[in-house]
Amino acid sequence: MSTLLSVQGVSKRFGGLTAVDNASLEVVDGSITGLIGPNGAGKTTLFTVIAGFEPATAGTVRFEGRDITGLPAHVRAMQGIARTFQIVQPFAGLSVRENIAVGAFLRHKARHAALEQADAVGHQVGLGPLLDQSAGQLTVAGRKRLELARALATAPRLLLLDEVLAGLNPSEIRDMMPVVQAIRSSGVTILIVEHVMQAVMSLCDTVHVLAQGRIIAAGPPGAVSRDPAVIEAYLGHGAAARMQAQDIRQAEARGRNPGAHHA
Amino acid sequence: MSRQPYMPIALVVVGLALLPLGLTSNTVLNFLAFAMIITLAAQGWNILGGYGGQFSFGHAVFFGTGAYAMALLQVRFGINPWLALPLAMALGAGVGFAIGYLSFRARLRGSYFALVTLAFAEVFRISANAWGFTGGAAGVLVPLRIGAEHMQFADKRLAYWLALTFVAATLALTHALSRSRFGAHLVAVRENEEAARALGVDALAVKLKAITLSGAITASAGCLYTQKFLYLDANLAYGPWISVEALLAPIIGGLGTVFGPLVGAVVLLGLGEVTKTAFANLTGGAIPGVDLVVFGVLLILCVAYAPRGVLGLAQGWLGRLKGARP
Ligand SMILES: Nc1ncnc2c1ncn2[C@@H]1O[C@H](COP(=O)(O)OP(=O)(O)OP(=O)(O)O)[C@@H](O)[C@H]1O
Ligand SMILES: [Mg+2]
Repeated sequence: MSTLLSVQGVSKRFGGLTAVDNASLEVVDGSITGLIGPNGAGKTTLFTVIAGFEPATAGTVRFEGRDITGLPAHVRAMQGIARTFQIVQPFAGLSVRENIAVGAFLRHKARHAALEQADAVGHQVGLGPLLDQSAGQLTVAGRKRLELARALATAPRLLLLDEVLAGLNPSEIRDMMPVVQAIRSSGVTILIVEHVMQAVMSLCDTVHVLAQGRIIAAGPPGAVSRDPAVIEAYLGHGAAARMQAQDIRQAEARGRNPGAHHA
Repeated sequence: MSRQPYMPIALVVVGLALLPLGLTSNTVLNFLAFAMIITLAAQGWNILGGYGGQFSFGHAVFFGTGAYAMALLQVRFGINPWLALPLAMALGAGVGFAIGYLSFRARLRGSYFALVTLAFAEVFRISANAWGFTGGAAGVLVPLRIGAEHMQFADKRLAYWLALTFVAATLALTHALSRSRFGAHLVAVRENEEAARALGVDALAVKLKAITLSGAITASAGCLYTQKFLYLDANLAYGPWISVEALLAPIIGGLGTVFGPLVGAVVLLGLGEVTKTAFANLTGGAIPGVDLVVFGVLLILCVAYAPRGVLGLAQGWLGRLKGARP
C-alpha cells in the first residue's frame, strides 16, 4: 500500500477568509478515498489546490512522491491527475463525443485514436447512446456523466470527483455507483467529495472529514460517521451529546418496554 | 465521415479557378482578386476568433504589417517580392506572438482582448503615419515592374490565381487544423478554458500558437494587397476597414468553419458592390461608405437570425429538406 497523493499542511486563503486551514491527507494507491464535510467546509477549494487551479497559500502537494505544488494544472493532468467540476463545465457547443475526445487527445495524438478512446469511455460511463448529441442538451445526470467521462478519457492515475452524484435521483445514483467502482477496479485511484452518505459508506475505504477548512477526522467510513466531532460539525455544537442522550433514552425505553420497538 | 475529406475544398477551388476563364471584364477580375485577399485576411482571423474564440478587433495590425513589410523590403532593401513575402509573413507571425504574449499572459479575455488588439492596430497606424521609414503620411509606392519575377502581372487573372492559391492552401490548412489535436485544444479553449486546462490543455500555449498562425496568414493578405495596388498608406494598411472585414466575413459566413471566411467575404463584398452601384445609379453619384451600412445591417441580421452564419443557415435548410422527405 503506497501513498499516491499526499497533501501536507495545505492552507488556502481568499483575502481574509481561510477556506482551507492546514489540511493534511493521504490517498493510498488503488483506494477510493472520501472527502466529506458540511457546505462551505473547503472541499472544492482543496480539490482546486490539488489539481493546480489555484496556488496553495501554504503547504505542499506530493503526487507519486514528487512535489507538484508549483506545477500548473495542465502539467498535473499530464502527470495523471484528473478532476471533475462540481459546477459542471461542458464544452456546450460540441457533441458529447467531441467533449470526451478533448480529454482523450491528452494521450493520443491522432484523431481517430482519440475518437476511439472517447467512444470507449463514453460507453463505459453510460453515455453510449448520447455520443452524437450536443453536450449543451444533456440532462443534469448526463452532464455529470460527461464530467466523469472527460476526466477518465485523460487516462489518469488519480481521479478527483467533486460531487458527481449531487442532483441525481436515487435510481440514477444506483446506476452510477457501479461505474465508479469499475473505474477503481481498472486501476484508477479515486478521491471523491460527496454529500450522498449512502454512497460514501459503500464506496470509500477511508474518509477524511473537513470542517471549516480543517481535517477533523479520518478513518474507515463507519467509524468516522460515529465520531462525535464529525456529528457536531454537521449538526452543530452539542449535537453529539443530544444524540447520545436520545440513544440512551431510547435504549431505556426499550429496556422498560421490551419488543415495543418491533411491534 | 467522407473518405476524401479534402474533396469539397478541391471542388470549390477548381470552381473558383475556372471562373475567370469566361470573364474578361477588368471590374470583375479586380473584384475577384480583392475578394480573395479579404478572404485570406478573414481566414487568419477565423483561426484565432472562430476556432479559438479570441475575438480580435484589430487584425489590421497583421494585415498592415504584412503589407508594409512587403513594400518596404522591396523599396528600401531591394529584396525580391517572392522572398519578401515569406519574410513579411514571418514578421506578421512575430507581431502576433508578441501581442498574444502580452495580452494572454495578462489573462485578457473577451472584450478586454478585443480592445487591446484594437489599440495595437491604432498604435501601428499612427506610427506608420508618422515615421519617415514607412513613408509617413505620403505612404509608400512600389515601382511598377511588370513581370512574374516581380510578382506583378499584366494578366489580372494571374494575380487572382495567386491569391486563390493562398486561399486554397489556407482552406486545406484550416481543415487539417480542425481535425488535429491542436484544433481540438483550440476549440476546447474557446468553449471553456477552465475545463480545457483540467484536461491537460496548455491554454496559453494554444492561444499563442493560434495568434501566431493567424498573424502570419493575415499578413500574407497584406502582402498580396501591396502587390496588387502597389501603393500603401497607414489608413489602407492599418485602418479599421480591414479589421472590420476580417472579422465580419467569418461571422457572416460561419464562425469556426473551414469555408466561413470565403463565403462571408464573397457575400459581404458582393452585396457591398451591388449597393454601391445601385446607389450610384439612383443618385447619379457615389455615396462613400454606403457599403459600410450594408455590412452593419448584415451583421445585425446575422446575429439575430443566423448566429452560425450563412453556412449554418444553409445546413439548417438542407437538414429540413432531408427531414421533410419520407
Ligand atoms: N474563489 C474564491 N474566492 C473567495 N472565496 C472562495 C472562493 N472559492 C471558495 N471560497 C469560499 O471558501 C469557502 C469554502 O468553499 P468550498 O467551495 O471549497 O466549500 P465546499 O466544501 O466545496 O462546499 P460545498 O459542499 O457547498 O460544495 C466558502 O466559504 C467559499 O465561499
Ligand atoms: Mg464544493
